[in-house]
Amino acid sequence: MDDFYRDYILDHYRNPRNFGTLERSDAQAEDLNPLCGDEIRMQLKLDDGVVEDVRFSGKGCAISQASASMLTEMVKGMKLADVAKLSKDAVLENVGIGISPTRMKCAMLGLRVLKSAAIGELAGWPDEE
Amino acid sequence: MSVAATPKVDAIVADFPILARPTSRGKRLVYLDSAATSQKPRAVIQALVDYYEQYNANIHRGVYEIAARATTEYERARVKLARFVGAQTSEIVWVRNTTEAINLVAYSWGSSNLRAGDALLLTELEHHSDLVPWQLLAQRTGAELRFIPVDDRGVLVLDDLDRLLEGCKLVAIAHVSNTLGTIAPLETIIPRAHAAGAVVLVDGAQGAPHLPVDVKALDADFYTFSGHKMLGPTGIGVLYGKHDLLAAMPPFVTGGDMIRRVEYAHTTFNDPPRKFEAGTSNIADAIAFGVAAEYLQAIGMEWVREHERILTGYALGRLAEFEPRGLAIYGPRDPALVSGVISFNFADVHAHDLASILDTEGVCVRAGHHCTMPLMDKMGWAATARASFYIYNSEADVDALCSGIEKAARVFGV
Ligand SMILES: Cc1ncc(COP(=O)(O)O)c(C=O)c1O
Repeated sequence: MDDFYRDYILDHYRNPRNFGTLERSDAQAEDLNPLCGDEIRMQLKLDDGVVEDVRFSGKGCAISQASASMLTEMVKGMKLADVAKLSKDAVLENVGIGISPTRMKCAMLGLRVLKSAAIGELAGWPDEE
Repeated sequence: MSVAATPKVDAIVADFPILARPTSRGKRLVYLDSAATSQKPRAVIQALVDYYEQYNANIHRGVYEIAARATTEYERARVKLARFVGAQTSEIVWVRNTTEAINLVAYSWGSSNLRAGDALLLTELEHHSDLVPWQLLAQRTGAELRFIPVDDRGVLVLDDLDRLLEGCKLVAIAHVSNTLGTIAPLETIIPRAHAAGAVVLVDGAQGAPHLPVDVKALDADFYTFSGHKMLGPTGIGVLYGKHDLLAAMPPFVTGGDMIRRVEYAHTTFNDPPRKFEAGTSNIADAIAFGVAAEYLQAIGMEWVREHERILTGYALGRLAEFEPRGLAIYGPRDPALVSGVISFNFADVHAHDLASILDTEGVCVRAGHHCTMPLMDKMGWAATARASFYIYNSEADVDALCSGIEKAARVFGV
């Protein structure tokens, strides 16, 4: 597990990419890991079904924050339909090896939030009016 | 005197088989999470095996030899637990754990004694187990929930206690905070609560394992604790209740074993404690819990407290060495005020990452909100790492914790 904390992970943890909020977004979702209190919110700006811009915000451990940060870099320019289909392995390839089973939830939090934003948008959230 | 290094600790460690097993990385197991659950000595494990291998039978009904032995051992365990906290045997109700004990009181006592407009007084330190059942009780009855505040070190502030107690029917308070280790001043709070006409439940989940407890001297009305945090098995705990209170309370779970006579339309209930013990009990675990209580009494609870006080003082001193590099210790810094629990954070290393790195060195600590989310929110802590001590811990364990923190500093470049 200690070999998981490589320099680029710590770099993403301390200098998260695409961190912040969008004033106007086309799709968004947030979730937390109730066991450890990690929180992540993802916002997407879309252009004709393609992710034009993305921001994430939240707090938590290096694993949850770095994997969310790397994910945002990965999905820019991606079709929303492909974001909705992203698999666990895509994140693990991105993040590298060595996540222990107890920390898998942390690594997957960003993906879960991102996919729920994408799937929600594709399916159409129920009208709130 | 360095109690923590005495041969007594070595002898205790030798009683715990798990502490002799290296981790998968070949490290010595340094167990610093006893506030979550304690390890078990051989005698407790053996008691479980003996029951299942020698006299497994249901209790209170069989006439044959092994059933009689099971009943005897089960009821002897109740006597041991009664002695452990200074209660009468009939005041010891077997439950699954502290959580169930508190729910039993919230439903049975609460529903028959609380009305709209009454108040319930808790503290801002409570574990979710001593908060959620009262929230639901307040919702069911229309009672008001109030909280004794804590200061920024997690010490209860009693300045407004008498006002908070006005119209209050029940006070529920942790003997020891599982997040900060602070010991509640029960000797001040309980008499004042009684003077205001309130009944007092003490959540003793972290009290009974670590401090000498005499429920009569405390004058607690209810005292709840879990076997698994005090060397016993999981799945067994105790609700202590004053006899007259238990006798007046309606049953909680109903069915077999808790009855005196059943007709098709009507039932008369057994006397306490069995009125509250419906269905086949957790026989093996109750018996093994009795063995755990005996083991602790043989060591002496005064010694347990003194050992943890000295070890906590040592740990506070060692952890303070990291303060210039950003280690923050929460809770009071005085070992006289805390019971074997230290919550902390290290620089910008998140508590979960710290716990993961410590794990690679065989050091087990807890990271997170410790089931006290409102306290964490109030203090503004997203998560903390928590080291908690028990009878088998020594200064060498604290040193291993500090080496692990050194490693985290290297990995994270702190
Ligand atoms: C102060 C306190 N109260 C209640 C509980 C709940 O105990 P159990 O999970 O055994 O019911 C705990 C356990 O963590 C605790 O520390």
